[in-house]
Amino acid sequence: METESKHDGIVGRGNREGARLFREWFDSLTRAAEEDRGGAYVFVMGSLGELLRAFDLPVVFPEINSLQTAVRKVAHEYLNEAEDIGYSPDICGYVKADIATQQRGGQLPMGRIPKPAIAVLTNACNTYIKWAEIWERMYHMPCYVLDVPGSRADGLTPGPGDRDFDNDRRYVAAQLKELIGLLEETTGKRFDIDRLRESLVHANAMNQGWQRVLELNRSRPSLFNALSDGTIYLGVSNGFRGAPEGARYFTELVEEMEYKRDQGIGTLVDEQYRLIFVGVPCYPIFRRFTELFTEHGGTFVNSTYLWFASGGSNLGFQYDPRDPLESLAEGVLVGVRDAMDSMFFQTRALAGMIDDYAADGIVFHPIKSCRTVSTGLADNRRALMAMRDIPSLFVESDMMDRRVVSEAQMKNRVDAFFEGLASRRQLAGAGRGEA
Amino acid sequence: MAYAAGVDVGSTQTKAVVIDEGGRIVGRSLTATGANVIRAAEDAFREALADGDLREEEVEYVVGTGYGRYKVTFGNTQVTEISCHGRGAVHMFPATRTVVDMGGQDTKAIRVSARGEIEDFCMNDKCAAGTGRFLGAASSALDIPLEQLGPTALRGERPVKISTTCTVFAETEVLSWLGKGKKIEDILLGVHHSIAYRSVALLWRTGIEDEVTFTGGVAKNIAMIAALEREMGKKVNVSEESHYMGALGAALFALDHIVASRAPVRARGVTP
Repeated sequence: METESKHDGIVGRGNREGARLFREWFDSLTRAAEEDRGGAYVFVMGSLGELLRAFDLPVVFPEINSLQTAVRKVAHEYLNEAEDIGYSPDICGYVKADIATQQRGGQLPMGRIPKPAIAVLTNACNTYIKWAEIWERMYHMPCYVLDVPGSRADGLTPGPGDRDFDNDRRYVAAQLKELIGLLEETTGKRFDIDRLRESLVHANAMNQGWQRVLELNRSRPSLFNALSDGTIYLGVSNGFRGAPEGARYFTELVEEMEYKRDQGIGTLVDEQYRLIFVGVPCYPIFRRFTELFTEHGGTFVNSTYLWFASGGSNLGFQYDPRDPLESLAEGVLVGVRDAMDSMFFQTRALAGMIDDYAADGIVFHPIKSCRTVSTGLADNRRALMAMRDIPSLFVESDMMDRRVVSEAQMKNRVDAFFEGLASRRQLAGAGRGEA
Repeated sequence: MAYAAGVDVGSTQTKAVVIDEGGRIVGRSLTATGANVIRAAEDAFREALADGDLREEEVEYVVGTGYGRYKVTFGNTQVTEISCHGRGAVHMFPATRTVVDMGGQDTKAIRVSARGEIEDFCMNDKCAAGTGRFLGAASSALDIPLEQLGPTALRGERPVKISTTCTVFAETEVLSWLGKGKKIEDILLGVHHSIAYRSVALLWRTGIEDEVTFTGGVAKNIAMIAALEREMGKKVNVSEESHYMGALGAALFALDHIVASRAPVRARGVTP
């Protein structure tokens, strides 16, 4: 009886708690906006949330705000407003939705966001830099671009002790010190290294939890859908990085996943096909997109999105609170490098993912308004096909713009993909002499 | 004798094919899809039956395919036209490993196994450039019937470079070449080369393996066959039934169901 009560409501808790934390986060952002407290505008690939918390800055993720407009079916209003004032239909949809948000005084369906007191970004996405320059012109606030060295070549990812790696870490650490000075100046607060230590301890729990949650989805049946459920977990991973709520959330999420694994509770009642997703989700028809696959018994067991959009948290990096700044530099270097590799050097990692998760198929989803993640996907697909004998689907849409999402065309391709999977399975069964 | 049927409801035309147990086409029909998709499917099926001098009761299983496959309300099941074109092409040309299907609004590159199952495929995305619609736009701009486009283009000697990637703008570009005094034959040859270029770019995504079979309504266009062969540097198979390949594939899937339903049921582990 005790076991039962302990696990009451555990299934689905991650989704419920994720939604609750999101509401609380946006409530706090709305309060900050009302009190005219400026926020730190950051991005998912290298948010430095651990450091920003030490300065009590409300953390605003414009990427997450923008995708929420798409999920809530109002993105077109925001996109149109930005295009009306001259932003091209061809540029990043996240940028345009954010521009319209700024035009609306920070108003979003989930609440209101404060104006930026500072923007902190990395070079992981080329658009980040131009995007921050827009805020700089709008608000005359400081923008700090943290230049994080990426992998020099596919698979060339040296670690501590390697001369290049140590140089890279020192380079990042020097920039962090510079950033701390700027944060002190912006907030008028002295940097408290013990508060950073606290954040790092929470971030350690989150990183470890995120890595474990991803590993647990190797279970058969898989425990969560990497596209639908995974995006909720990802939101918490970003929004609460370095916060005690985030640490608790991921500890509990691991508990939920372990329970589901032990009880054999899958995300689908009848899991037929285990799939991997490459790219950014189709947020304008977020639920429907997933259904196109689940209707055929297909579920996404992992995705490159859960890697790069977590800023490399998937690696489970553990900071050393005894040496917080050097350790933060190392964590940022390793995490952002991995995020970039998940986009640009993904083929070998995908081959490993296919093996580890016993995937039946892989779905490449290039999107019109993000060339950063989409360019090269067709080549990556061919390279992967040469390494692994696995069916793949190449289906294009967008992460924001409903005008370029054709559900009928998409369904046609998805249906054909599953027809191919089914005939392949049938053939394999016949080869084994199954009736 | 049992019969199977496939009904391919495409964006512009609906095709129906009835086959016998040997997979031979015994009846076929083609009708404009129009606004009433359900009726188009019914009409096509009825006409194919009449063409084969068959009664509806003689057809044991019907598979719907094409964009309107779920509107084949009298059908037993649905299969995408991607699978159906692959299956139909391999049935007609057994050595087929690559299929290029050019229809009214999309072009598909399909790599198939020896049994006609899909191994990989790619399609044009949300843009009808490089599809039959592009030819339709040229036909309209030049006031030349669709069936005359191919023969006219083949008389071209110095193809113009069609730079547009948009079907909507194709008419404007064609007219601008006319305004510059270019010959209609050369403009049309340029249009065919442009479509072939885009289609072969799609084919490279799946890989081009011998043999290549060209299906869909546009496969009736002799200049398009020549343009594709030129672009790929290899010959393509084209069947007299290319227009019906999707419906034929659907009918073959329907035949599979009939055959499977007749197979003796064995209890697994009891009978060797």
